[in-house]
Amino acid sequence: MPKITYIEQNGNSKTIEVDNGLTVMEGAVQNNIPGIDADCGGGMACATCHVYVEDSWLNKLPKAEDAEQDMIDMAYKPNKNSRLSCQIVVSDEINGLTVTTPEKQT
Amino acid sequence: MIKTDVVIIGAGPVGLFAVHQLGIKGLKSEVIDNLDKAGGQCIELYPDKPIYDIPAVPECSGKSLTDNLLEQIKPFGSKIHLNERVQEIKEGKGLWTLKTSNNKTFITPNIVIAGGVGSFEPRKLPLKELTKFEGKSVFYSVNDKTLFKNKKISIFGGGDSALDWALELSKYSKVTLIHRRNEFRGAPHTLKELEKLKAEEKITIKTPFQIDTVNEGKEIKFINIKNDDEKTEKIETDIVLGFFGLIMQLGPIAEWGLNMDKKKIQVNTENFQTNKPGIFAIGDICSYPGKLKLILSGFHEAALASVECFKRARPNETYRFQFSTSSKEIQDRLGIKK
Repeated sequence: MPKITYIEQNGNSKTIEVDNGLTVMEGAVQNNIPGIDADCGGGMACATCHVYVEDSWLNKLPKAEDAEQDMIDMAYKPNKNSRLSCQIVVSDEINGLTVTTPEKQT
Repeated sequence: MIKTDVVIIGAGPVGLFAVHQLGIKGLKSEVIDNLDKAGGQCIELYPDKPIYDIPAVPECSGKSLTDNLLEQIKPFGSKIHLNERVQEIKEGKGLWTLKTSNNKTFITPNIVIAGGVGSFEPRKLPLKELTKFEGKSVFYSVNDKTLFKNKKISIFGGGDSALDWALELSKYSKVTLIHRRNEFRGAPHTLKELEKLKAEEKITIKTPFQIDTVNEGKEIKFINIKNDDEKTEKIETDIVLGFFGLIMQLGPIAEWGLNMDKKKIQVNTENFQTNKPGIFAIGDICSYPGKLKLILSGFHEAALASVECFKRARPNETYRFQFSTSSKEIQDRLGIKK
């Protein structure tokens, strides 16, 4: 099962095995990872599952579509590494992905 | 002061259907919602996205679902108080007193919270120091355009609201539009107009920049903006406007002493009452083992909560379960003439 690492702003990190096909957001919510609210439940409508993807992974992930970028515009302190974790689907290809959660979502 | 059998907080699909379930039992209700229209998330987040899992409705949009619910509850004449948020509640002798942001008072034995994920509020700029300027020189919506005449205005955001206000206010003020990336998201004619004003030097555009700091003191004089490469620029400004859409905040509900599970209100599944007698929670905002955030689940929750509301509002009457197909009482309440 692919492993995803979630790092909090305070440096706490958790590595979790997430089923293929789930999203990085779902992996977080099902495992009580703090810092990901996911208010809209994965509908790309709220930008409260915002994460920063580690530099080395940024280009390995499928690119964010326009609608995701539009939503990231609304997120709290976005940067060039920003993604919505509900739009990153877990697969063997992203085994080892590391994301950092923002200090807050709103 | 408004006395009613039930106050429903939230005019989303579940809150609206609660009006129906209460109405056919002969209960009067009033609905309060912070948005400017009924429909909740269905209208605010996805008015045009199709919904496929409403029983017996193969496909509908958030808009049509809302319109049909409003039609269905018309006979009950419940008032929907829009642009209003319940600020505080007080308990006394089996009755609750609610006060809203518009200073309306409601007295009722039953409060049904159908608040979704909370009320929609504008998302704010991430810089804490701006809070003290809010309402004076920092705004997240424009109510009175005259405040923004002949000023230096910094507008943050890349969507329609930011663009529309940048165009409008540039007619009589010096506008700087600041956005975190180079792409703007707007109607084609808006983007064209923006290009034109930029070429004519009537609008300054700063991308990809975000807010960094603001001057100290009692008035805003300038802000510093920063890009991803830590390059900063100073912008002289009197007014800061931010347009980052709406965010759902639980707001005052979190302080009502209800048992919570994360941002959800715990209920029992017999009547969806919370730990406070007379306060119910239905729809996305409630939490119980096995809860599914589906509109259809919210409808079921509304039906069961309405029975307990009846018992509390009519303690001297006995509740009788009835079918709408055969009950003359229900049909009368629906205004059906045979």
